[in-house]
Formats: sequence, C-alpha cells, structure tokens
Amino acid sequence: MGTTETGIVSGRLSPAEYDRNFSDLHPSLDEHEALVASDRCYFCYDAPCMTACPTSIDIPLFIRQISTGNPIGSANTIFDQNILGGMCARVCPTETLCEQACVRNTAEHRPVEIGRLQRYATDIAMRDNVQFYERAEPTGKSIAVIGAGPAGLACAHRLAVKGHDVVIYDAREKAGGLNEYGIATYKTVDSFAQKEVDYVLSIGGIEIRNRQMLGRDFSLNDMLSKHDAVFLGLGLAGVNALRAEGETAAGVEDAVDFIAALRQSETKSDIPVGRRVVVLGGGMTAVDAAVQAKLLGAEEVTICYRRGKDNMNASEFEQDLAASKGVTIRHWLQPKRILTRDGKVAGIELDYTALEDGRLVTTGETGVITADHVLKAIGQTFEADDLGAIALQCGRIVVDAEGHTSLERVWAGGDCVLGGEDLTVSAVAMGRDAAESINRALAAATQPVVAVA
Amino acid sequence: MADLRNNFVGIKSPNPFWLASAPPTDKAYNVERAFKAGWGGVVWKTLGEEGPPVVNVNGPRYGAIWGADRRLLGLNNIELITDRDLYTNLREMKQVKMNWPDRALIASIMVPCDENAWKAILPLVEETGADGIELNFGCPHGMSERGMGAAVGQVPEYIEMVVRWCKQYTRMPVITKLTPNITDIRKPARAAKSGGTDAVSLINTINSITSVNLDTFSPEPSIDGKGSHGGYCGPAVKPIALNMVAEIARDPETYGLPISGIGGITTWRDAAEFLVLGAGNVQVCTAAMTYGFKIVQEMITGLSSWMDAKGHRSLDDICGRAVPNVSDWQYLNLNYVAKARIDQDACIKCGRCHIACEDTSHQAITQYVDGIRHFEVMEDECVGCNLCVNVCPVQDCITMVGLEPGTLDERTGKVVDANYANWTTHPNNPMARQAAE
Repeated sequence: MGTTETGIVSGRLSPAEYDRNFSDLHPSLDEHEALVASDRCYFCYDAPCMTACPTSIDIPLFIRQISTGNPIGSANTIFDQNILGGMCARVCPTETLCEQACVRNTAEHRPVEIGRLQRYATDIAMRDNVQFYERAEPTGKSIAVIGAGPAGLACAHRLAVKGHDVVIYDAREKAGGLNEYGIATYKTVDSFAQKEVDYVLSIGGIEIRNRQMLGRDFSLNDMLSKHDAVFLGLGLAGVNALRAEGETAAGVEDAVDFIAALRQSETKSDIPVGRRVVVLGGGMTAVDAAVQAKLLGAEEVTICYRRGKDNMNASEFEQDLAASKGVTIRHWLQPKRILTRDGKVAGIELDYTALEDGRLVTTGETGVITADHVLKAIGQTFEADDLGAIALQCGRIVVDAEGHTSLERVWAGGDCVLGGEDLTVSAVAMGRDAAESINRALAAATQPVVAVA
Repeated sequence: MADLRNNFVGIKSPNPFWLASAPPTDKAYNVERAFKAGWGGVVWKTLGEEGPPVVNVNGPRYGAIWGADRRLLGLNNIELITDRDLYTNLREMKQVKMNWPDRALIASIMVPCDENAWKAILPLVEETGADGIELNFGCPHGMSERGMGAAVGQVPEYIEMVVRWCKQYTRMPVITKLTPNITDIRKPARAAKSGGTDAVSLINTINSITSVNLDTFSPEPSIDGKGSHGGYCGPAVKPIALNMVAEIARDPETYGLPISGIGGITTWRDAAEFLVLGAGNVQVCTAAMTYGFKIVQEMITGLSSWMDAKGHRSLDDICGRAVPNVSDWQYLNLNYVAKARIDQDACIKCGRCHIACEDTSHQAITQYVDGIRHFEVMEDECVGCNLCVNVCPVQDCITMVGLEPGTLDERTGKVVDANYANWTTHPNNPMARQAAE
C-alpha cells in the first residue's frame, strides 16, 4: 500500500499512523496551562472579544472564573449564551472572531487563547456532567424543530428551558448536523458531537426522531397541525455542481461526503483516498477535505482555487494548517475539464484566471494537474422544495431579526437562512434567539385577559 | 562605573546588598554560596542563648500570596530563630569571615531581656570576628510569646535598655532591627537612638495570615489543621517599609541615624528607592528565597547602570536624596494641577481606565467618540487622581501631565496659579481662618 500506489485505495497507512494523524489537533489545556493562559486576560470593559462573538459569551467573566479556580462557574457563563460552547470552542475560527478582537493583539500580536480556555471550562463541566438548567413549569406547548444541527439543538434547548415540549426531526442517522458530519475529525475527536447532543438533551423535554426527512416523511403542514410552532434548522443539503466535462467520472467526489464518511469511520483505514488528490474550492470545507486526504496518506494534495489568497473563505489559520500538513494551495485556477482514462479520473485541466475590471475571466492559458481523486468543495446550496410559500431570497429563507419567517408560526435559523454565516456559532445564536422569540409569541397568545377596573 | 562600595557604620562591603537574617543565612553552606554569587554582606540568622536550641514546627513554615502567573507577591513564615547549636553557628561564622574578609558579616542576636544574657553572648560573638551585631527586636511569631523579638520591639523602654547593655558590653557596631507591628515607628527608633544604637534596620516582618484553606478552614501554613500568624514579607510589604524608613529619615529626632533598609526588595529599583529615602544600605531575603542568590547580579548591575546614566558616582551621591521631598499632606501644593493624558498610539482599548473612572471615580474618560470605541480624558471632569494610570495594563500609555501656570483648568474654571499654596493657609481650613482672625 503506502502513499505511492496510484488509484483510490484505503489502508495506505499503518493503524498507528492513522491514530496519530487523526488525534486531537489542539489537546485540551491542563489546569496549569489554563491558569497561565487565563492570567493574560485583562478583564476588558465592554470587551471587544465579547462583541465579536456571535453568541455574545461573557468572555472576560468566564476567563476570570477560570483564573480563580472556578471552571464550573466559567462553564455556566459560557452555556448561558451558547449551549454548544464545547463544540464552538473546538471549531470556531477564533482567529477571525474573539481572538482577532483581543486587545492583546495590539501590543503583543498574540491574543488570549480564548477558544482553548472555553474548551477547558466546558470540558470539565461536561466530563462531570454538571447540569446548569432546569425546565420551567410545563407550558403544554409543543414545538417542532426540523434539523438536529447546531441551530436546531440550540433552539430546542432554550425552548425546553422555558418549559415547552420539543420534537426534533432529523433526516440523518445521528443528530448533530454538521457537528457530526461536517467537521474535520481532528477538530472533534472521541465522539464529542454525540456526547454534546446527549448533554444538551439531558435537560429533558426534547425528543429526537431520526431518519425523518422533510418532504419525504412529513410536510411542513403536518408539523403546523401537530405543533404550536415550527423551527427550521435545515442546513444546506445540496452541493453546487461543477458543470464541467468528466464530472461524473469515477473518482470525482463531493468533499462533504468525503468528510462525513471520515467522521463516521472508527479507524480511518477503510476510507479510500487517491495518490494524487485535487481539491476544488477555497473555503473551510476545501481545507478540511485536503488536510484529511493528506492525513489518509495521499502523496500529493493540491487545493485549486479560482481566485486569490485574499478571497479564500478559509481563514489564515486554516490555510497555514493545510500548508503545514503538506497541502499545496494554488490560486487563480478554474476547473475546465476532468481528464479520464477508462472512465476514471486521470487528471484535471484548469484555466488560468485573472481579474479584469473586477470581473473574473480566464486568461486563455491552461494547465493540467495529474490526479486520480478530485474532491469538489465549491459550495453548498439550500434545497427549498417542500417549504410551500415561504419567502426566499438568493435561495435562502428570509427571516426577521428574531428569526421569524414569512409564514405564521414558522421560525428558521442557521445556514438555511439569508445572512447565515456558515458558522456553527452563528447557527447557535440564531437558534437560541428564535427560541426566545417563539417563547414570547406563545406566551403572548395565551396571556390571560385581565379585567381593568 | 559607579562605585558601589558601602560603608555602613564602619562596616565595609563591596556593595550595599546584604542578605537579611533569615533562613538563607542559617549556616556556612548557604552563606558561602551567597558570597560566591556576589552578595556584599550577610546578617547571620538570629542566634539565641547557649543551651538547647529552639525547635521549629515539622510541618509547613511558609504561606504566600501570588499575582498573575503565580508570581510570589507576599510570603509569610512561622520559622523561629536558628535551631542549630550556638557554638556550631559561632564556629561557622568565624570560618566564613576568615574565608571572605572583604564581605560584611553581622550577627543577629535575640536573648531574653536580661542584662546577664546579653553580657554572656556578646563576647562569644565578638570572638568570631563578626563586623557588627543586629538586635532582633522584630520577630513577630513564637519568640515574642516568650518575651523576646517583637515583644521587646513594641516597648521603646526595653529597646533603649537592651541597646544600652549592648553598647556597654561590646565594641562592635550595634544595629537595632525594628518591628513594624507598632503604631508609630518613630518611637522605637528614637528609643534605640537614646540607647546609643549605631543604626536601625527595618522593617522586620508583619503579623499576617496569608490565606485560609476553604476545605479544612485552617489558616495557612497549616500545621495539623491549625495555623498561627506569621511574619509577612516580600514585594507586597515594600510600600509599608518605604514609609517607615522615610518616617525615621525625616524625623528631626532621628535625622541622620543610619538605616539599613529592609522590606520586599526584589530589584535594583526597589533597592535604589530605599537608598534615596534614607537607607545607607539594604537587606534582602524573599527575593533570594524566590529566585536564588543570583538575583544580586541583577541588583548590582541595575543600580550601577542607573547611577552611571544619571551621573551618580557613589552611594553617598544618592543616599537620602528623596528625603526632603517626603512631606506632610498639609504642605502639598494645592495650586498644582495635573490631568491624565492617554497616548492613543499606545492604547490597546481594553476600557479599564474608562470603567474604573466611570464606576468608581469621576466619570472623566470617554468610551465612545463619534460611535467609535475611543478612550479619552475629559479635562473638564478629570481631577487628576491617577487611578487610570494605575489600572492601565500598558506602561506609560496614560500619564499625568501638569498644567502650566497661566493655563485654564477646565474643571474648576480657574487659571492655574504659579504660586505655591497649601492647606495651612487655605480659606476652607478652619485652623487657618482662626489664625487669620
């Protein structure tokens, strides 16, 4: 086997190499490391990190709680704003959010390690199964949450806290959405996504029904007739097509499927990968796929992106990570045609591109990269079938500031709504805020009439 | 190169950095290492009278408080005077002094408040060739319960009496070590001077409980579930020590009395501050116990570099230079007006100055200007209190700037007066009004 066998094959590495390659990228801080790291926080007033956090976690407070030996109180501060604070601590692009805003950058160019500190506190609370929330008195109301991803889970948890009953319908085998299927393995090891789902559900009052797909197993109207309100946290189920010759050849694969298969594999030795892999795209998905292809033992992995480095959606940190793992990132290359031999991928022909008056054009020059495995990470799309008359814009659901859609009793959040940022943490914020809005709406509807004397 | 040679009441040492009488100076092994590292002198750990030595606890002796990154800020201890045989100590002292004739070696002594006890020990100490003695009237724990240490230091009459005995029975210079566990440090200093002391040294440690174990409810350091107050030292006590040194240095009754400064000295800068406030040399303990003897190299080079940069050639050029500037509050110039200024290039926008001023002081620092996070002093509200300077995490980002005479103080609406005027003549002072009438 090894890295030099041509073709898409599994088992390129020894079990020990797989274990090493797919272990935790940033292991949890130990107590001493956490105390040293937390000492660097200045406890800023109206802290810029907090403003930069989509869920507005009180970061100075939770770090101060760590520094005074109170990690449980710290976790409580985090979960109050973000019940998926454990996953966000692992997957948030902190270098473009809280840690970018950290005032330590100004004088020292090195922020407080907010993400790792958040993981420290939440890991302790979850390890000890400390529960911070109790359900309010039952309201007798029932809400359907469609999609058990970050938005749906955050919404369901907040609704359960308010005393409502929640049923989550999810199309997949397991709950968690992208947390379970869409994140690189080395960012969330040891079945953390499922542990987090269990932790969220331990509040009670939330039932999950798996393998239940909107449009196939039920309709939106079914939900509206059975429940008092509906929250749509559908995510992006579709992927963009390449629209290039040879796209159907064996060896052309969607990066999201590749990543999902990796997450569901115990040993990784059963996941096939090419000798020479080309990944198309410039976002986090492209980097996650490319790095993991390399970690699976591919000899050469090249990311081809049709614009420049500055346009890449993958953060600087992710790009550096890819480079450090031996992935080559090439810019200004746009796929023209998949080259095949015997129905299998043999390479990819690419157009060189340039910006002309702000418009991306091909220069006429082309190049070929030899490849036996092409992974497409050129964007995901929202599949809006089965949503009836709901208002859409740019192919996404339109919501108001509270997450309410154009339909009565229907709220939405996460990647499926217009303005969604393709971030776990933003999805959590939208789910949480929609739950508050649903709760207000249901309370207003049942407000007893008070006689005014 | 600045000349750091020190002559303290006739005791010569190559630099003004002595190790204080404490655990680091309990035996020849440690003192030899200290001299090799470059310490100018050593006050040997306190000797007691002949006979069975004191015993120490067999559990923890030290408690502590820490700052960020677990920097040791304050240490306390419940260790007693030397628990080694008197003659072992004397023999080692003699040998060390022979090995290091250019270094100062002082014997710290604590025996009962009885003339014969002092009369007995002084010749034994003198025989070692020690350069002087230090009377331990400061130790606040254990020994004070037996009528020694701070129990003597808290009664000026006893101090005077014992100092007189010592001056009578030895030719060695006498340094009287004072306890800070007293209301007015000038009283024991005056008593020591009346008794004829050659110098005072201060401060000894402060009565303290550093922390309480919240699982066992025992004070730390905990000995089988109980704790006792211990002597507090380290960087945290420096401000208390500086004030006490300055009080003695500027007291007309003790003016000119040589002082060996002690209390939280950790860097050359700390040492220089003691020297300019009237100390003739300094003694160090906690810094060495925290970092080892090597720190003296930082102190020597730091003091030397600063003196070179400022053109001070010898210790005489700097000793006591700040004493004339220590004043009673009532003589401070009330016409001096200062305002905080924030260097916007250095500001990291943490907002700490704003919230400190907003919540706890004078509402004189902005948070937003034109909708942008921006911290700026509003001169019409700033009283010049300096709190923002002290809470700012960036050195020199916020500074206090004195207003030039003739300029307008926007807060009071008054023009800054070039003339000095203090509280004693201020119209709001009832005493001043009475005098005028």
